[in-house]
Amino acid sequence: MEKLDLELLEKIAELHSVPEGSFNIRKNGERLASASTEDIRIIPKEDKPGIDIVVAAGVKNKSVHIPVILTVGDFQDTVYNDFFIGEDADVTIIAGCGIHNPGKGKAEHDGVHTFRLSENSRVRYVERHYGEGAEGGKRVFDPVTNVFLDKGAVLEMETTQLGGVTFTDRMTEAVVGDDAKLLVKEKLLTDGEEKAISRFKVTLQGRNSTCDIVSRSVARGSSHQEFYSDVIGANSCFGHVECDGIVMDGARILSTPQIDAAHPDASLVHEAAVGKIAGDQLTKLMSLGLTEKEAEDTVIKGFLH
Amino acid sequence: MLKLEHIYYDVDADRPDKARHILSDVSLEFPDRTVTVITGHNGSGKSTLVKLIMGIDRPASGKILFDGEDVTDASVTERALKGFTLAFQQPVRFKGITVRDLLNAACRKKCSTGEACKYLYTVGLCAKDYIDRPVDDTLSGGELKRIELATALAKGGEVFLLDEPEAGIDLWSFDELVGVFDKLRDKTVIIVSHQNKILQAADRIVVLNSAAQPVVGTRDEILPGLTDTGAPYCRRTPTKEQE
Repeated sequence: MEKLDLELLEKIAELHSVPEGSFNIRKNGERLASASTEDIRIIPKEDKPGIDIVVAAGVKNKSVHIPVILTVGDFQDTVYNDFFIGEDADVTIIAGCGIHNPGKGKAEHDGVHTFRLSENSRVRYVERHYGEGAEGGKRVFDPVTNVFLDKGAVLEMETTQLGGVTFTDRMTEAVVGDDAKLLVKEKLLTDGEEKAISRFKVTLQGRNSTCDIVSRSVARGSSHQEFYSDVIGANSCFGHVECDGIVMDGARILSTPQIDAAHPDASLVHEAAVGKIAGDQLTKLMSLGLTEKEAEDTVIKGFLH
Repeated sequence: MLKLEHIYYDVDADRPDKARHILSDVSLEFPDRTVTVITGHNGSGKSTLVKLIMGIDRPASGKILFDGEDVTDASVTERALKGFTLAFQQPVRFKGITVRDLLNAACRKKCSTGEACKYLYTVGLCAKDYIDRPVDDTLSGGELKRIELATALAKGGEVFLLDEPEAGIDLWSFDELVGVFDKLRDKTVIIVSHQNKILQAADRIVVLNSAAQPVVGTRDEILPGLTDTGAPYCRRTPTKEQE
């Protein structure tokens, strides 16, 4: 692997070398390295780019890294990854994509991920998106995530995009079964002319199904963010969506919540708060000796922690 | 020595029909190594005075001098770096910032866990329970006030401004709180309070009154007049029997 590859892998997956166990590293549309184990099988797709990740029933405390890197411009990569999680399994999946676009063209990665979690299985899914490269170059992610949670299954999604991505339009769609839980933590920072759109559509189909979506975002410069969520309570269920945004400079954040209680025992909550950093927070930190800029950075760092 | 000279401060100063004088021609001195408690009725300008000293608000006219240097136009940050330290009356809550982060910011470096524990322990908190908690609305008012005080201690400085440090702190912790002031005896300490026990810990007392000039004196000169039954400036600390 080249130095640039390792730098990108460290940024998105905290990988310093080839990981142990099952993994798949994709670079510029090709498989760079891969390993499959009995517990977590990595099976390349034959009809389209991508892999199946098959976690055997009962596998616990295992993790799998499936990062993607792009180091060329004028390149579009769509990859289809399907995750099949066996009953009672409990695993961590570390995904993410780093783009280094050396030119002025567009480098785009679109991951189409489908999660099928069997009964009582549990997955922590960590995804980081990062972009860097020449000024004027476009670094684009349009991920689509489909989630199907069987009875008692729990998916924790932590998605982070903290810089350098010029455009993203991400769509997450989930159907949550009986006693199943979808927990999402989204962190987003945009700057300059960047634009980010995040859409969620969650159907709380099962009895006692739950979703908790927490989005924290900071928009700086002239950047623009849009957040759309649509939670449908189709059974006795609890849904909570929280969208907290900090706007700075000349940036803009649009938040459009939709909650649809389609069952008499559906309980759905949406909270949204968008605004600049509270003046008293800055004053407090400045009273500790921080400059206004340091105070702003401290608030943002904590907010996106 | 901190000196205020002929300080005027009005609220709604930009709307003459609504303007109200909070402080008119107030001159005060706060000697080094002295604990001064500022008391006075609601609206007499106690918190305003503290905010003016810290630079959060600016006086309409008048001067603030610290060791002979005019700091009237210095920013909050500049004053903090000169050694002014404020524990807010209503501590600020943050999303995602932990007690440790706040102590680190206060120390201007990464506090070791041992150091952080020392500050939290001084204000009566078990460090291991609090160090990684976010400073948000999961903390009670009393917990937040103690963390505010711990942050002020971690920052250190020469002039400590403590705005109603006892608010929200339970009765049984008062002695502990007074113990914290004792640790600051070598500094200039200015406390805003109504509480008898805190007034008793003062070297000097300033009684603010928006209708007249402040009354200033030693504790023994001022306190007997304040704590007479019916005196408007001071609430007695309820005894445990009364509770």
